[in-house]
Amino acid sequence: MIKTENLNVYFGENHVLKNINIEIPEKKITAIMGPSGCGKSTLLRCFNRMNDLIDNFVLQGKVIFNGKNIYENSTEPSEIRTKIGMVFQKPNPFPKSIYENVAFGPKILGIKDKSKLDYIVEESLKKAYLWEEVKDKLRENALNLSGGQQQRLCIARALAVGPEVLLLDEPTSALDPVASKKIEELLEELKKNLTIVIVTHNPSQASRISDYTAFLYLGELIEFNTTDKIFTIPKHPKTQEYLSGKFG
Amino acid sequence: MFEEKLNELKREIINYAFLVERMIEKSINGLLEKKEELLREVIERDEIEANDFEIKIDELAITTIAKYEPKGKDLREVLMILKINNDLERMADHAVNICESALFLIERPKVKPFTEINKIANETIKMLKDSIDSFIEENTKKAKSVCERDYIVDDLNSSISKELISYMMCDPGAIERCMHIMRISNNIERIADLSTNISEDVIFMVEGKVIKHHREE
Repeated sequence: MIKTENLNVYFGENHVLKNINIEIPEKKITAIMGPSGCGKSTLLRCFNRMNDLIDNFVLQGKVIFNGKNIYENSTEPSEIRTKIGMVFQKPNPFPKSIYENVAFGPKILGIKDKSKLDYIVEESLKKAYLWEEVKDKLRENALNLSGGQQQRLCIARALAVGPEVLLLDEPTSALDPVASKKIEELLEELKKNLTIVIVTHNPSQASRISDYTAFLYLGELIEFNTTDKIFTIPKHPKTQEYLSGKFG
Repeated sequence: MFEEKLNELKREIINYAFLVERMIEKSINGLLEKKEELLREVIERDEIEANDFEIKIDELAITTIAKYEPKGKDLREVLMILKINNDLERMADHAVNICESALFLIERPKVKPFTEINKIANETIKMLKDSIDSFIEENTKKAKSVCERDYIVDDLNSSISKELISYMMCDPGAIERCMHIMRISNNIERIADLSTNISEDVIFMVEGKVIKHHREE
């Protein structure tokens, strides 16, 4: 599915990811955790070429998705981002209607048929556990929704283009516990059909929702294992120190 | 914060272990030296203190988990303390059982000298002390040696039982006393088993390895 081979990332002089080799298991939730500045968001953004626009960004090594290095010249970033969707820390719906937010991606991909778009919008909102709450106000501005609803709308928007992978960068850090729980339950459901990678600075969240956990520290992948093992019998002393809250 | 709570938990469990150790020693000394006051002390005073320890440690461990959500070795430590807490409480019950039977026996003529009981008790108390030391020192070598010694106590208990059966067959009038000696021996043997449990828990706590039921991985 997705794997990296000797992945190194630099922002100018700053060596932010150091020789990362990781294979993300298919249709599972993989959490990437580590203290601030450890490179976890950078790693996540490498998976769908979101770092490309940053000045001085240099990538060495490979990010292989479905057998192909996504950093080869022949690869079109927008195509990659259709297959590998992303949801950010702060909900960022477009200042448009709920319907338009979800239909946006499919429209760009050339779908014009109204009934087909209606179907995609409904299905995506259902998958994101949002349909029941918004079905009677699809034409209302998305910014009127609550924070948690906005974040689920962003997930629906990502799902609307039929991705194989969903990347989430601290998707619940701006939400209250109830809204966070809804997102966590949603991810559990979505992993039946999707590969999910989530960045979190909250070890408890990683332990609750993920099947696998990667621990990053100062740009290095310190430990990668099943979440059960990482949170009960971590092998590396640095992982234990992080879990004990000695840094972070 | 968490470390302070964990240290407090460790202090409490160690004090609890020392109390249980003393209870077992008193129960055996009370029997061997016919000291009724020692036996009564265990039943009437120490047991109550032991129960208070158990409840206090349970509560402390549960609030520590709820508040700090420990992970990795921290989690293993709190969980193993909870399990050791449970084992100590059962050991305290066994000490009380020994005292009750000892109270019966010291008022009556001896069926036989208590040499073997003394031996099995000494071996068991050594196992208990080593298991507690292995916890304090996080010493898995010592913990493993406790597990390896369990068979000694099992063998002693079984030979005591066989011998008592022959006494009972020869002298039906001694059956009740023999049954009490057997009860004491069985309770000591259970204490040795629980010391082994503590040692296994120490190994899991320190190394994350399960050696129970020969399930080392």
